Amino acid sequence: MPERPQTERPQTERPMIEIKSVTRSYGAFKALDDASLTIKEGEFFSLLGPSGCGKTTLLRMIAGFDNPTSGSISVDGQSMEGIPANRRPTNMVFQSYAIFPHLNVEQNVAYGLKRLKLERAEEKRRVEEALAQVSLTGLGKRLATELSGGQRQRVALARALVMRPKVLLLDEPLSALDKKLREQMQVELRRLQQAVGITFVLVTHDQYEALAMSDRIAVMFGGRIAQVASPKEIYQRPVNRQVADFLGGMNFVKAEIVEENGASLVVDTLGFGRIKTDKPKAFVRNGGAATLGIRPERLRVLWDNATAKFEVAGKVVERHYFGEITHLIVEIPGLEKPLSVTETNDFGADDIPVGTSIRLAYDPEALVAMAD
Amino acid sequence: MMAMRRFLANGWLSAYAFLYVVFLYLPVIFLPIFSVNTAATPKFPLSGFTLKWYEDLPRTPALLDAAWNSLVVGVSAAILSTVLGILAARSITRYRYPGRRAINGLIMAPLVLPEIIVAISLLLVILQLGLSLSLFTVVLGHVLVCIPYSMTVLTAGFEGFDRSLEEASADLGESAFGTFRRVTLPMVAPAIISSLLVCFTISLDEFLIAFFLTGTEATLPIYIWGQLRFASKLPGVLALGTLLLAASFLLMTVAEILRRRAAKRTQNEGGLYA
Repeated sequence: MPERPQTERPQTERPMIEIKSVTRSYGAFKALDDASLTIKEGEFFSLLGPSGCGKTTLLRMIAGFDNPTSGSISVDGQSMEGIPANRRPTNMVFQSYAIFPHLNVEQNVAYGLKRLKLERAEEKRRVEEALAQVSLTGLGKRLATELSGGQRQRVALARALVMRPKVLLLDEPLSALDKKLREQMQVELRRLQQAVGITFVLVTHDQYEALAMSDRIAVMFGGRIAQVASPKEIYQRPVNRQVADFLGGMNFVKAEIVEENGASLVVDTLGFGRIKTDKPKAFVRNGGAATLGIRPERLRVLWDNATAKFEVAGKVVERHYFGEITHLIVEIPGLEKPLSVTETNDFGADDIPVGTSIRLAYDPEALVAMAD
Repeated sequence: MMAMRRFLANGWLSAYAFLYVVFLYLPVIFLPIFSVNTAATPKFPLSGFTLKWYEDLPRTPALLDAAWNSLVVGVSAAILSTVLGILAARSITRYRYPGRRAINGLIMAPLVLPEIIVAISLLLVILQLGLSLSLFTVVLGHVLVCIPYSMTVLTAGFEGFDRSLEEASADLGESAFGTFRRVTLPMVAPAIISSLLVCFTISLDEFLIAFFLTGTEATLPIYIWGQLRFASKLPGVLALGTLLLAASFLLMTVAEILRRRAAKRTQNEGGLYA
């Protein structure tokens, strides 16, 4: 996976998009159910969730292609109620790119500028600038039909950016590209956003995409927003099992609450013993039981006589090879489900025979409590 | 054995295909050939080359009247059926509603109905309504037979028209009318022109319905039918027929080129998996 570029642009705390209790119903079905969200100026924000979770509905309502059944949306302090798509300070990159096939690249990019009645030289300059931003300089005369998928995507980006919108909306912009190109574009999109400083709102069902590019992510399920946080927090401290599962592998461990106070929980587990952990914000106590989660890569195999302050012992029951990493399924006495462990292959995790007794090191901080 | 059988099969197939094409086009070839023959009767051997039958055409007032009538009827029928076709094709390609297939089937049905039955039924209805027969009633009849063709051409052009293209235009600040003018129209224009040409050609050549529904004003096919009673007028009819044939062929070719271009243009350009 490509590294997230380290060019962090200072963000302001000024809200750019405010979504207040927005619901969108189709008959009895609620595509979006009482969603509230504030997206800050200059932020790269992702709406992440499985198909049908309402993320695209929300994006289309920000763009003006759909209207809330109730609730309000404002952009840059201005209510969007009754304002049609063509008069909103937002521009969109469509999933299908929607490149006008009867126009060439330049004409596509200049499409929105024509309405502004700029001087010829100024219009040309802005088109050139936008093409340069997406590395398409020199391809202005090409027809849309002569472009590759990646190039079409860049044209769609340039066509939106040239309008200098307050908000750029991206609807699954990378889903049609192959894996390599997609990863390359993730890096480029992030760089571009940092360079232009426009608020980006990205819709995606790909958790890696969201993690790699965003400043903050809203995870959505069934029309509701489950969690809004930074990629790191979403990944490391998911509020519930659903979010944890969607963001990648997670081992769930049953625990019994021994002590609960303001910010922390003390729990007893069968496999990991007594653990003190941060109490999640939305934690609602359900009797004496709790669920802890630990990511497979936060469990490390202890080799030979190495020891760790915190370790569990178990037996390898399955081994799956994935090139640079190996997944081990390890049975721990006392745990009802075996643990899934991801280990890099530099020390020979791919050679551990099934049936071997091993010990795993962990950091108790990596065990996080969450709602079911 | 296999080779032998294949040769026989291919041989017979080729012979069949050849005969078929000859049967189909030989009569059509005779038309232009006899139209430049000096003799007034169409038979071999040819007696000599002349263009006098063509030169006589513009000097026949009845023919010019008929040509003008055909032009008026053809243009009116083409425009009317294309406008109606646009509405129907747009509805059928864009929206999903109960009865969509049935409606499509009903619109296409005149294609397979016996034309003489359609003509007689129309005549009855028009007389019942108290309308007098004129070029206008011919136009109505022609619209009926043209719409299936118009629909075929237009649905091919509209199918796969990516709705997000219109959304993208609105997103870039364009009004509804501007979007229609700058995106929708240029995208479907080839299909519309193609539909106009096809409908015009069909109306130009149509005889039965025109024969039943016209009053005293003849269209070209009716004029030709009238001329056939006089043996001496035959070469002129052949010359006229040749011109009609050439015009139809030309119009249909242009229409087909445009239709293909329209279909190519509106096919998903999204570059999914490209």
